[in-house]
Amino acid sequence: MELKEKLIASFMAFENLVDIDSPVHDLRSEAIKEFETLGFPSRRDEAWKYTSLKSILKHDYSVFPKSENHIDYNDIKKYFIHDIDTYKIVFIDGKYSSHLSETTHDGVDVCLMSSALSNPKYRAIIENYFNKVASKDGLSSLNTAFSQEGAYIHIPKNKSVAKPIQIVHFSTGNEAALMLQPRNLIVVDENSHVQIIERHQSLTENPVLTNSVTEIFADKRAIVDYYKIQNDNENASLIDSTFINQKQESCATVHTFSFGGKLTRNNLNFYQNGERIDSTLKGTTIIGDKQHVDHNTLVHHIEPNCESHQDYKGIFDDNSTGVFNGKVLVDRKAQKTNAFQANNNILLSDKASINTKPQLEIFADDVKCSHGCTIGQLDESAMFYMRSRGIPEKEAKALLMYAFSNNVLSSVKIPEIKQRITNIIAKKLGVNIGFDL
Amino acid sequence: MLKIIDLHASVEDKAILKGINLEINAGEVHAIMGPNGSGKSTLASVIAGKEDYEVTQGEILFENESILELAPEDRAHKGVFLSFQYPTEIPGVSVTNFMKTAINETRKARGLEDMPANEMLKMIREKSEMLEIDRKFLSRSLNEGFSGGEKKRNEIFQLAMLEPKLAILDETDSGLDIDALRIVASGVNKLKSKENAVIVITHYQRLLDHIVPDFVHVMFEGRIVKSGGKELAHELEEKGYDWIKEEVNA
Repeated sequence: MELKEKLIASFMAFENLVDIDSPVHDLRSEAIKEFETLGFPSRRDEAWKYTSLKSILKHDYSVFPKSENHIDYNDIKKYFIHDIDTYKIVFIDGKYSSHLSETTHDGVDVCLMSSALSNPKYRAIIENYFNKVASKDGLSSLNTAFSQEGAYIHIPKNKSVAKPIQIVHFSTGNEAALMLQPRNLIVVDENSHVQIIERHQSLTENPVLTNSVTEIFADKRAIVDYYKIQNDNENASLIDSTFINQKQESCATVHTFSFGGKLTRNNLNFYQNGERIDSTLKGTTIIGDKQHVDHNTLVHHIEPNCESHQDYKGIFDDNSTGVFNGKVLVDRKAQKTNAFQANNNILLSDKASINTKPQLEIFADDVKCSHGCTIGQLDESAMFYMRSRGIPEKEAKALLMYAFSNNVLSSVKIPEIKQRITNIIAKKLGVNIGFDL
Repeated sequence: MLKIIDLHASVEDKAILKGINLEINAGEVHAIMGPNGSGKSTLASVIAGKEDYEVTQGEILFENESILELAPEDRAHKGVFLSFQYPTEIPGVSVTNFMKTAINETRKARGLEDMPANEMLKMIREKSEMLEIDRKFLSRSLNEGFSGGEKKRNEIFQLAMLEPKLAILDETDSGLDIDALRIVASGVNKLKSKENAVIVITHYQRLLDHIVPDFVHVMFEGRIVKSGGKELAHELEEKGYDWIKEEVNA
């Protein structure tokens, strides 16, 4: 059976397993119909022209999470930002792991989607926000149909969450092949501030496909800092769809660090529903082998006097491939918009490739919009210059690549993350970096 | 220290160096002059190990060992330094971080520990004062947005930090005003000793008024066609290169 048919056939059984009285029951039923009509995207879809899901959809994925698999914290500690105190929402093979997690209801809610969906206490928030900003494309609809587990975060008015929150998904290889559909809802009320780190990590060679959907609502003057660390193994694929609805004077930043995985697709969508909003999208991609990373971004400027900043850097080695498709949409009403977009790439091998496509649709006449993309090799004259000063080839390369991705790291506000990313890059480049940025 | 024997080099099958012979001993200053396109900068790059050039014949010995097969960084570790005619801009890497990396990599290659941070800071302070370099300048990205003079001064700062055995100054005087020229030249003179040697590549006499050469060589069409003492530079300043060309063609 094709994966699509298998998923549709499994839906009834899934609905019976979870709470049928849930407020999202109707949404799920509509969503599965939507998926039945649309199915998985193919390369005939413009937005998927350079990314084929064919090779990852061929596996016979198990679609129901089984019982929780135990993992010892010490074995997976390295996948956490562990040198600072954080809240943790941890899942193993799609099931919540209470012993690895640290949640809270003390002034703020940092807990589970499954309990938010079933507990009447959260009903109002679920009814107001759940599936309100996510798009109705095939993959997001599939996620909505099977939405059951993930992170639920609600920060009430005037609260700054003291510690960053880590959302981490592990897969253990319990199944021959596993498909996960995590669903996160993050609601940040007026004047509140939250920092979130998200990671998907496979601990097995068995194929894993994660189809994740995250909805974020940033109310007036809210600040949201979101970090996605993607450094998975070569059998794990991730399709991440994140939708952010911002209200006036809010500030939302998403950093996406893509260092590994078989296929990674990031659909990152910002909707500016208010004035004087700031949206920042930054990404560093460093991949090799046959890895594929696709960044598909949308910033929709709806109201006047808002800003958006997109800065994506990519370094591609071996046979790796990259895609950047950045869409900026400026409505007629959105005068005085300031939208900036840059995508710079370095190809380290003749067989690596990047397809980059800026897409600006501007209907207002008093705006500042700029975009630029570059594709190049490492600067040979810079390499010779550094080597002639005694810096060996490998270190010179690393130094140049650091310099290249420096822009993206400079806006990371949590020093431990900056350090971690620096270490990952150093490891990827196989060097010991004797300097700091 | 440096012995170049019948060196031929080409780029993309175009012969540029056509049989260079040159011997430089410790404690000496050699000037290489010559018209544009005579191969002066190519010679400098070939000694430093730039891979764009193919050595088709001949030998370069540094302290009696061939360096032709060595990577640029290995030549640097042995004590070869090239001050670039056009230093490359490297955004995102500060002058200080660049210097730290270069010094510690060189020390590592020589089997030494990293230089202690306080020692490094002291050295940076001393050398930057010697070249009248503003401290703020050191935290800027390497060569990015530097004026021509700042770039050249920064090259000599690196020379001072790395203390090589052989320094090749490729048109260090171009882009320098009189004051900067004086500062750079006095920096080079302070670094000169019985143990090291300097090659000054220049079009003009004016740098050689400050860094006085023991030998002057004239390059033309890929060869050294005339060698002499410092008075040869004066002669070239007065008469230009045409008489040399005529002599060669005769």
